[in-house]
Amino acid sequence: MALSIVHRATGVALYFGTLLLVWWLIAAASGPAAYAHVQAFTGSILGRLIAFGYTWALIHHAMSGIRHLVWDLGYGFKPSEREWLTWAALIGGIGITILLWIIAYAIGGGR
Amino acid sequence: MSGSNSPKSVRTPLGRVRGLGSSHSGTSDFWRQRLTAVAMLLLLIPVIFIVMSLLRSNQAGVAQVLGSPIVAIVMLLFIIASIWHMKIGMQVVIEDYVHDEKIKLISIIGNNFFSAAVALASIYAILKLSSGV
Repeated sequence: MALSIVHRATGVALYFGTLLLVWWLIAAASGPAAYAHVQAFTGSILGRLIAFGYTWALIHHAMSGIRHLVWDLGYGFKPSEREWLTWAALIGGIGITILLWIIAYAIGGGR
Repeated sequence: MSGSNSPKSVRTPLGRVRGLGSSHSGTSDFWRQRLTAVAMLLLLIPVIFIVMSLLRSNQAGVAQVLGSPIVAIVMLLFIIASIWHMKIGMQVVIEDYVHDEKIKLISIIGNNFFSAAVALASIYAILKLSSGV
């Protein structure tokens, strides 16, 4: 499994994704007009795709990161353990992302 | 392999004792990358909860929640940990893939500037919301 490059790629994506986070925070601090721009963007198809991608990148990077922390502590190096950790990160990342978006829509955040 | 204690080593006794190597910062980036990673894992659930609770709100509601003390502190901790983490991570990526010394230097300067600007802008926004002005 070549998941380490995905860890890196999601990290780079999150790096530039912080611009969205900053935009959101600055807009909230600026006022209703600025915030309306953010909401218009996150309400659009493109904005929603980017937000979904950002969610997945964040959760996957976190899951994959736990895997690296386990290795840093000296565990999980057997072939079967490596495979298990990799699949857990991959499936956990996708699963939690979808779960979060289902909850988001369920609580009415998907207007 | 000639160890650092071989007669041919150019390292000074003090340099050997400090063990920080040519970067003069030793393994501090390695350690901080993991420290901030653990911090973010602890903060991730509260941060997700905060962000999701704000999805339905208008600007006034978001400003009120983000400006309340506990939420602001959690967000500030997450922002500081994540930007520190991403600055170190991007530096590793640059050092791995950019081999031209000039472009590497420019990239590393750019990484520092970008990270500092993102950090300051985020922190400023949270503090402004917290002060209520």
